[in-house]
Amino acid sequence: MRALVYRRRPLRFAAAAAAGRVAPGAGAGVGPLGLDDVDAPDLPGPGWVRIAPRLSGICGSDLATIDGQSSRWFEPVVSFPFVPGHEVVADVVADADADAAGVAAGRVVLEPVLGCVARGIDPVCDACERGDLGNCERITMGALAPGLQSGFCCDTGGGWGAAMVAHASQLHRVPDHLDDAAAVMVEPTACAVHAALSSHIEPGATVLVLGAGTLGLTTLAAVRHFCDPGTVIAVAKHPHQREWARTLGADVVAAPQETSRAVRRATGTLAVGDGPITRLAGGADVVIDCVGSADSLAVALEVVRPRGRVTLVGMAGHTRLDLTGLWQREVALVGAYAYGTETLPDGTRRRTFDLAFDLVAAADLGRLVTATYPLARYRDAIAHAADAGSRGAVKVAFDLRRGPRHDHDPDHDPGVS
Amino acid sequence: MPRPGLVLDVDRSTPPVLFHHGEQFRFERLPAGRSRIIYPAEPLEPLADPEGAIAHALANPLGDSEPLAALLRPGMKLTIAFDDISLPLPPMRAPDIRQRVIEQVLDLAAAAGVDDVMLIAALALHRRMTADELRHAVGNRVYDAFAPHGLLVNHDAEDPDNLLEIGTTRHGEVVEINRRAAESDLIVYVNINLVAMDGGWKSTATGLSSYRSLRHHHNVETMEHSRSFMDRHNSELHHSNWRMGEVLRDAGVKVFQIETTMNNDVFGTTGPMAVLQKREWEWSTRDRMSVRAMKTALDAMSPRARRSVFHSWRAPHAMTSVQAGEVEAVHEVTTANVYAQHLVPVEGQTDVLTMGLPYIGPYNVNSIMNPILVMCLGLGYFFNLYRGRPLVREGGVIIMSHPTPWDFHPVHHPSYIDFFEQVLADTTDPREIEARYERQYAEDEWYRHLYRTSHAYHGVHPFYMWYWGAHALAHVGRVIIVGGDRDAVRRLGFTPASSLSDALEMASDTVGPQPTITHLHNPPILMADVT
Repeated sequence: MRALVYRRRPLRFAAAAAAGRVAPGAGAGVGPLGLDDVDAPDLPGPGWVRIAPRLSGICGSDLATIDGQSSRWFEPVVSFPFVPGHEVVADVVADADADAAGVAAGRVVLEPVLGCVARGIDPVCDACERGDLGNCERITMGALAPGLQSGFCCDTGGGWGAAMVAHASQLHRVPDHLDDAAAVMVEPTACAVHAALSSHIEPGATVLVLGAGTLGLTTLAAVRHFCDPGTVIAVAKHPHQREWARTLGADVVAAPQETSRAVRRATGTLAVGDGPITRLAGGADVVIDCVGSADSLAVALEVVRPRGRVTLVGMAGHTRLDLTGLWQREVALVGAYAYGTETLPDGTRRRTFDLAFDLVAAADLGRLVTATYPLARYRDAIAHAADAGSRGAVKVAFDLRRGPRHDHDPDHDPGVS
Repeated sequence: MPRPGLVLDVDRSTPPVLFHHGEQFRFERLPAGRSRIIYPAEPLEPLADPEGAIAHALANPLGDSEPLAALLRPGMKLTIAFDDISLPLPPMRAPDIRQRVIEQVLDLAAAAGVDDVMLIAALALHRRMTADELRHAVGNRVYDAFAPHGLLVNHDAEDPDNLLEIGTTRHGEVVEINRRAAESDLIVYVNINLVAMDGGWKSTATGLSSYRSLRHHHNVETMEHSRSFMDRHNSELHHSNWRMGEVLRDAGVKVFQIETTMNNDVFGTTGPMAVLQKREWEWSTRDRMSVRAMKTALDAMSPRARRSVFHSWRAPHAMTSVQAGEVEAVHEVTTANVYAQHLVPVEGQTDVLTMGLPYIGPYNVNSIMNPILVMCLGLGYFFNLYRGRPLVREGGVIIMSHPTPWDFHPVHHPSYIDFFEQVLADTTDPREIEARYERQYAEDEWYRHLYRTSHAYHGVHPFYMWYWGAHALAHVGRVIIVGGDRDAVRRLGFTPASSLSDALEMASDTVGPQPTITHLHNPPILMADVT
C-alpha cells in the first residue's frame, strides 16, 4: 500500500531540523518522511480490525516531528518506522476479523491513544481504570511496540497511509449527519475539550486563549460550549483567524501584540509601571496557551492573575522561561494532553470523544477543514499546514478517498480541493 | 508693516507648495486654474514693552473689575491658575508669557501682604506637566519659591477631596472645579490665547474642572453644534462654558482674568526654520537650497531623531496684547486681537481642502503625534479654523498630509493605545463610540492612576479628540491621508494615498472631476473668514 513513512534516519533528521528552522514544513523535503510502498500492518491480536482512512489531518505535533523540532522526550515512546496520522476518519474493512471484534462496517473516528486495553494489558493501569486514557502508564508495554498513539507506533500504521489497524476500543462510530470533514475534526476537538474542562474555569471567569490555529479555535469553542466563562479573549494573528475566533464565541479578539492591553481592559486590573505594559497587577483567571512557545508562555505568565491558572495545550518542547512571576504570583501551570474522560461542571463524567462529537456538530467545526491533499502531494500539504495561518487556512488534511486505495501513480491524484 | 494673509490663485507659474508632513515636508504642485492657497498673515508687531503692558492691564482692568492691586489684601486666599503645556504651540522661548504675567501678579500680592498663594496648572484632563515644563512656564524664580513647598501644583481632576461642586446651570450642567480655587477669595487666571477657542469662561470652567463637569460640553452633540469652536458666538462648546461661568459668578467665585495674545512668529525671521514662514514664490535661491537641504537631512534621519529635532524648537512668538479684568469683557477684546492676527477673508467654499499637518498639536508637546492626534489636528483644529462657513463644502473631501505612524507615547497616551486597538477597531462613529465606550474609559482605575501619578492624559481624553473631529466627520464626504501608515489610516476610517495626485484622483470619485481645491497653508496659524 501507499503510505508516508517516517524512519529513524539521524542525518535526515538533522537536515529536517535545519530546514524546518528556515522555513516551517521544509523538513518534509529533506527529512526522514517519505512516500513509500509498504505492507499493510498486521493485526496485532484479537479485538483489532483493519480500517481504511478517508481523511487524515495534519497536526502541530506531526509538523514538529517532520521539521525535527520535537523534543527527545518522545524517543522512548515512539517506535520506528511509523506512518504518521492520528486525526483519522476511516472506513472499517468488513472482514472476519472485524466480525470477531464485533465492529460493524461503516465510518469511524479513531481515538488514537494506545492505552492498556489496546495493548492487551490486564489489569489496566490506574489511569486507564479511571478512564484517563491520555495518562496511561503503559504506553511502551504490552502487545504493541512503544507508541503513545497510533500514528507514532510501528505496529499500527497511521492515517497517512491507505490502510491501518485499530483496536475496537479505539473506534467511534460516525453518525450519518456528520460528514468526513466534521469527523476528522473530532480528534483535535477532543484535545480542546479536555483542555477547556481541565482548566477549571469558574462561572464568570475571564479566560484568555492564546493562538487561533485548529487547537486554539476548537478550544475557544469548547470553552464557550462546556463552561460558563464571563469574558473570553482570543489572541489571533491573522485576519481569518480573528473572524473564526469571533464566530466561535470570543468576546474580544486581539492581535498578539495587543494581548496585555486586551486582558487589562477586560479585567479592569491595573498594570505595573507607567510605560509599555510588561505585566499586569491582576489579570485573567485562566490562560489556555494553544501555542506552546517560550513567547506565548511568557505572555501567559504576564497576564494571568495571582493564583490563576495557565493551561499548556500547545506542545512546548525545550523552552527558556523566567518563572519568577509564576513563583511570586503562585500561578498554576499545568499541561493538557489528549483526552479520556471528563468531569463536566455539573459533576457528570463523559468520554471526551463523546463530548467532542457533540461540539463538532453544535459548532459546525467541519468548516475549519480548509484544504485537502492526496498523499502524493505531501510536501505541498505539509507546507500548507505549516504556513496555514498566513495562507488563510486552519486545518489541512490528506484525502485518501480518491482513486484506487493502492494507487501507486501520483498522476491519478485529483489535486487539492 | 506686516502683510495680511492672502488667497493666492494657483497658475502655471506657481511653484510647488510646501506641505508640512509631520516631522518632514512634501512639495506639491497644485492643479492650475482651480486651486488656491490661503496664506497666513505675517507676524503682527509685538508689544514694545510687554512688562509695561502687563502692568498697565493689571492696573486698568476691563469690565466690572477693580484693578488687581485693589483686590489683594492681607489674609486672603489667592490662587493663580495658568494654561498648561498645550499652549502655546510650539512652546515659546523663555521668558514664557506666563512667567512675565505671574511674576507681576506675585509682586502685587507680595506688596499687598498676601501670603496664602497657590499656583495651579489648569490642565483639566491633560497630562500633568513635568517639573521642567512647569519651570519653563513660570520661570526659575517662581518655581523655586513655590514648587518646593507644594504651592505650585498640577490640577488633579480625579482628586475627590480637592473638587467642589459649585452648582448646576439652567441646562442641568454640573459645575465642579478645583476646591482650592473655588474657595479662594480670588482666582487670577493667566491665559495664553493662541487661538480664538482659548480663554473666556472656558479657562476656569474647563481648565480647573473634572470629568463630571467637562462631559457636559466635551461630547459629540456639543461639538457637532460648534460651528466653529473657534467662533465663540456660534460655538455650543463656548455657550456651555459661559453658562458654567454664570454659575461660578453667581456662586461668588471671583475670577480676575488675564488674557494675552501672541503673534504668528513661529519659525523666526532668521535661522534654519525661517524659510517655513515665507511664501514659496518669494523664496530666494538661498531659501530654496536651505529648505531642500533640510528636507534631505530630515528624510535621512530616524523618526526618533526627527522628533528630537523638532520638539527641541522653541518658537520666538511674541506678545501682541494683554488685557485683564472681568472675564467676558476681557475675552471680547482678546478675541478681536486673535482675529487680527489670524483671520483671512476667503470667498466661497471648496470641493477639496488640503492641509499639511505639522509635527505638533496641543496634546503631543514633547511627545508623539499618534494617529488619533493626527485626526484631531486635521479634522478638529484645522477644519474648525473658520468663521462663517467651513472652507470645504458639505460632502467635500479633506486631504491631509502626515506620516500617521502607528506609534504612541506609552506614558503620555496609554488610553489612546486602547482606544485605537479596541474602539476604532470596532467603530469610528463618534456617537456610537460615545455611547458604548466612553464611560468604561473615563472610569478605568488604571488610567485614573496614571493620570494622577504619572504623566498620562486622562482615560477619556482620546474620546474628546475624536469628538473634536465630529463636526468635520459629519460634514465631509471623505478623508484621505497622503503618505500615512496605511494600516493606521484605515483604522481611522480614512483612505490612504501615496501621493497628492493619487489623493486628488480618489477625491474626484466623491466630488466629481476637476474639483476646486483650497490649500490651508498652516502653520503659522490662520483662520478662514469664509463668506
